[in-house]
Amino acid sequence: MHTKSLSELSHGLQTGEFSSVELTQAFIKRINQHQDLNAYITVTEELALQNAKAADARIANKKADALTGIPVAQKDIFCTLDVKTTCGSRMLDNFSAPYNATVIEKFNQAGAVMLGKLNMDEFAMGSSNETSYYGAVKNPWNTNKVPGGSSGGSGVAVAARLAAYATGTDTGGSIRQPAALCGITGLKPTYGRVSRYGMIAYASSLDQGGPMTHSAEDAAIVLQTMAGFDPKDSTSVDLPVPDYSVNLNQPLKGLKIGLPKEFFSADLNAAMATKLSEAIDEYRKLGAEIKEVSMPNLKLAIPAYYVIAPAECSANLSRFDGVRFGHRCENPVDLTDLYTRSRGEGFGKEVKRRILMGTYALSTGYYDAYYLKAQKIRRLISDDFKRALTEVDVIMGPVTPTPAFGIGEKMSDPVEMYLSDIYTIAINLAGLPALSIPAGFINDMPIGLQVIGNYFTEAHLLNIAHQYQQVTDWHKQTPKGFE
Amino acid sequence: MSLTANDVNKIAHLARLGIDAQDTESYAKDLSGMLDLMTQMSELNTEAVEPMAHPMDQAQRLRPDKITEENNRDKFMSIAPQTEDGLFLVPKVIE
Repeated sequence: MHTKSLSELSHGLQTGEFSSVELTQAFIKRINQHQDLNAYITVTEELALQNAKAADARIANKKADALTGIPVAQKDIFCTLDVKTTCGSRMLDNFSAPYNATVIEKFNQAGAVMLGKLNMDEFAMGSSNETSYYGAVKNPWNTNKVPGGSSGGSGVAVAARLAAYATGTDTGGSIRQPAALCGITGLKPTYGRVSRYGMIAYASSLDQGGPMTHSAEDAAIVLQTMAGFDPKDSTSVDLPVPDYSVNLNQPLKGLKIGLPKEFFSADLNAAMATKLSEAIDEYRKLGAEIKEVSMPNLKLAIPAYYVIAPAECSANLSRFDGVRFGHRCENPVDLTDLYTRSRGEGFGKEVKRRILMGTYALSTGYYDAYYLKAQKIRRLISDDFKRALTEVDVIMGPVTPTPAFGIGEKMSDPVEMYLSDIYTIAINLAGLPALSIPAGFINDMPIGLQVIGNYFTEAHLLNIAHQYQQVTDWHKQTPKGFE
Repeated sequence: MSLTANDVNKIAHLARLGIDAQDTESYAKDLSGMLDLMTQMSELNTEAVEPMAHPMDQAQRLRPDKITEENNRDKFMSIAPQTEDGLFLVPKVIE
């Protein structure tokens, strides 16, 4: 059952081939068998079985939606009513959310079954899932390697088939990078497409939730449930949600693909370049035209991002003060001591580094040199994409510089870790949609191809990904021991 | 650009963030590394460029002035570290 696509699962449930309770039990058994991967922070077995029973009743009444009765795992950044919601941090180890995120509400209304909450980098700050208070997550393709981050638990839960699909969030690559390193499909929608209400904030002008699945076809079904205007999110965009599945089979003849020369420079790992050019050849065979484009300001995306994201994080994380919720230190002597020690004990090293960086960048005398400068560069990068997307329909490139690196390999030098985000963060600065699809293996580890589109063209991106997945089977590979 | 341990302590105070004394040097080193990365930005002249705060450049949406929130006071208080009579408790602020 765990190898089926979402539409096959839905069909199986509706024809009575298996029940949602049986399907849920099968996934829970797998979760228990593979606890060593550390993909889940919390398994909500009792709640899942309740959801499954309700779903079975709904299916019997012929009121099923596409996701009714199918088990999902949620990144532990989404607030879930009366369920522990940690964001991967000691700060929220004792936090049971008093309300549901809009995304969670939407899955509940669809009759989805929540298996539990997935491990992640602390407050979504990390590219390897090693900053989690709950420990590193292991990549099922090689358990000595990282799964990527920050949605590392999501990447692993899908790759190892510990859930039928999962959610992730992407501030600088946190859906696409773990999707690439775990060999699954991950879509970061246009900024504002999926509600951020109840999604614990890291950098509010960049954060965006999205689906992590086995295929583009599955991602289209999941995005259909996640997307839409939400009055509770002040940056939610009020545009109609198109049907994401209806155009999946459109032929790609005449599609114009742009390859930024800055992505394919001599710096790109040779094995990666070979794999990507094989993937692009598949698109050529499907009738696409390939063109070089240039985005001269791309190289400044990393410094701009590592000013903007920490600045926003230092403001967002000021709410964790030990007063209203979350961790509080023992016996504070005064208010400053309460704030300082509660925060000092509750946050891990990477989160502290970014709060310090952001506080510095926003402090008197440095604001213009760092924050304002970074926002201006953000505009130039965004303009680069806008210009390129008038010449071509989509842009393609790598997701990561290399396949998954070893656990512990990059933890001693934060800057080296940040550089691994080079191909993903510019897209968040511009607010564009992008996805990662499996595009082969290097030394038995999966790699991803990134497809970047214009604002609100998710349906087209999914069509482009789906067509590739009709002529390749990279997305159907399963790590050994997890078949 | 490099920061000293003293700079780090000042920034940590601004952020009300406790950091272990033995870690101050390593934060100073990490932050200096980050700032070195950021100096790349100064290579580019951005004088005439409008700063971009938000991908959609959208204005704040307005809504009718109606109460839409439910009263969840008890629920919200129940997850607080320390409360009394509907108030959040903190150490004494005024002597």
